[in-house]
Amino acid sequence: MAMTYAEKVLARKAGRPEVRAGEILFLRPDHLLMHDNASAIVGKIRTDLDEFGLVDRGLPVIVLDHVVPAADEKTARSHREIRAFAGRFDLPHFFDVGEGICHQVLVEYGFARPGGVIVGSDSHTCSYGALGCFGTGIDRTEAAALLLRGITWLKVPETIRVDLTGSLRPPASAKDLMLTLIGRLGAEGANYRALEFHGATGLSMDERFTVANMGVEMGAKAALFLPDEVTHAFLRGLGVEYLDPADLLPDAGARYEAVVPCDLAAVEPVVALPHAVDRVVPARGAPDVPIDQFLLGTCTNGRLPDLRIAAEILDGHRVATGARLLVLPASRRVQQTALADGTLARLAAAGAILLPPGCGPCLGAHMGVLAPGERCLSTANRNFKGRMGCIDSEIYLASPATVAASAARGRITDPRDLEEARR
Amino acid sequence: MRVFRYGDDVNTDLLFPGKYTYKASTPEEILPHLLEDLDPDFARTVRPGDLLLAGRNFGCGSSREQPVVGLRAAGIAAVVAKSFARIFYRAAINQGLVLVECPEAVDAFREGDAVLLDPSAGTIVVGDREFRFPKLPPEILAIRDAGGLLPWTRHALRRAGGQA
Repeated sequence: MAMTYAEKVLARKAGRPEVRAGEILFLRPDHLLMHDNASAIVGKIRTDLDEFGLVDRGLPVIVLDHVVPAADEKTARSHREIRAFAGRFDLPHFFDVGEGICHQVLVEYGFARPGGVIVGSDSHTCSYGALGCFGTGIDRTEAAALLLRGITWLKVPETIRVDLTGSLRPPASAKDLMLTLIGRLGAEGANYRALEFHGATGLSMDERFTVANMGVEMGAKAALFLPDEVTHAFLRGLGVEYLDPADLLPDAGARYEAVVPCDLAAVEPVVALPHAVDRVVPARGAPDVPIDQFLLGTCTNGRLPDLRIAAEILDGHRVATGARLLVLPASRRVQQTALADGTLARLAAAGAILLPPGCGPCLGAHMGVLAPGERCLSTANRNFKGRMGCIDSEIYLASPATVAASAARGRITDPRDLEEARR
Repeated sequence: MRVFRYGDDVNTDLLFPGKYTYKASTPEEILPHLLEDLDPDFARTVRPGDLLLAGRNFGCGSSREQPVVGLRAAGIAAVVAKSFARIFYRAAINQGLVLVECPEAVDAFREGDAVLLDPSAGTIVVGDREFRFPKLPPEILAIRDAGGLLPWTRHALRRAGGQA
């Protein structure tokens, strides 16, 4: 029987010759991702850990990234509990404050591999689909049960195939591509489904991460790119060894619930308006309102090319008077490279405020909280009402290029219009 | 029994604001902030046995499970919606919270209608009309009926231990 990529990966993981969309499988994921919520997860099974033990010390990967460094006593205590848990079980995969955002760290350290299955107590676990790894989000209770037993269930999802053609035309970016797709399919357009991207050979690995990261914003269970030369080159660069994924490629004749064509050359810079990710309009058609805060970073757009394009656009400009530009590299590695090559110095010279690697203001838990009536233009993945800490503020989403160009003017600006505005 | 009615795309930030995510984990800590940015009166007025009725894509967004833990702790009998976001749906099974996916029932509801739910039969009566909704597969129902994933997991581990 012909299978999709998701069906092949899950069949192999479950040890079955074939599976079909709709079947329920019990399987052992390669890894379980947790972050600052690890303390709450472990708290659920404190006595169970004494009784049953930890199923496999190699299973959990813990990255402290959500509220870092600790914002108050409560979060400090929580971090301390997580360190104690990692110490008690001598966990080999614990990353303390400052290493970066969990999804970036898991990729940089080679946990996400083609054909793998990673579940994480974070909705953006779908990011690993960029490498052809079936990453999907779960809740805390499921994470707790996995620590005890190492097994979970997954319903094999239906697959929506996205056929990409042509090439992106800068300054249009992967972020604009994904926002455009979310605008077309809607916030629920891929609910319970796997996305399978074809025709992506022209997209770099960083661009694929941005796209896969936002799969959940249309409800997707996984957002999968087929492993190709770009994937292999990236993993070789990291020194990661993995099984040849050639036999995982989808069969001709695999059954897709829908096929969505998408011409990359037609993608324009776009903006998602408050308070929904699928309210997408061209940047040139966005409301001409003053923006108080700009955010460059997050697991969606905090990688090196994101910081570099922003620095390039801001060269010779300054952040508009009265506005703030916050910059957070996605990881320590990104930060170190951006320090060494001068990218962060250029951003600071333009007036940016440099923050440590982490999730920071994206979820309103720490730093960069908005005041009532304020507006933020962000490279993050979510603009829900109240997300950045204040119910009476507004969040707009865009690419790093659009955020940088807009920061220079203090208003939403298509990067192509910045030079014109300066004249 | 009271029915709380909400619209489409009720996301996790509306159900439980992200700013509390790392400050509140237990039912006691969660309850005062439950649905705070969606319905400020909810936490004060909800009673055990009440019902939530909502539109499409209920629970979309983050994987935080405080909304589910909170609704279960508040004694909500079920959330009836046109559709649910995936992680929320999964979290409800894991917490033993009853979700009913039935767009017809949501559309049929008028203010003042009594709602009668029979999860084991897969039926819901709204006013004088009865609707059927798809039941969960048995292996998943077993998790919910054990009271959630952790009780189910403990049971499985003890059984395995007993056999060894």
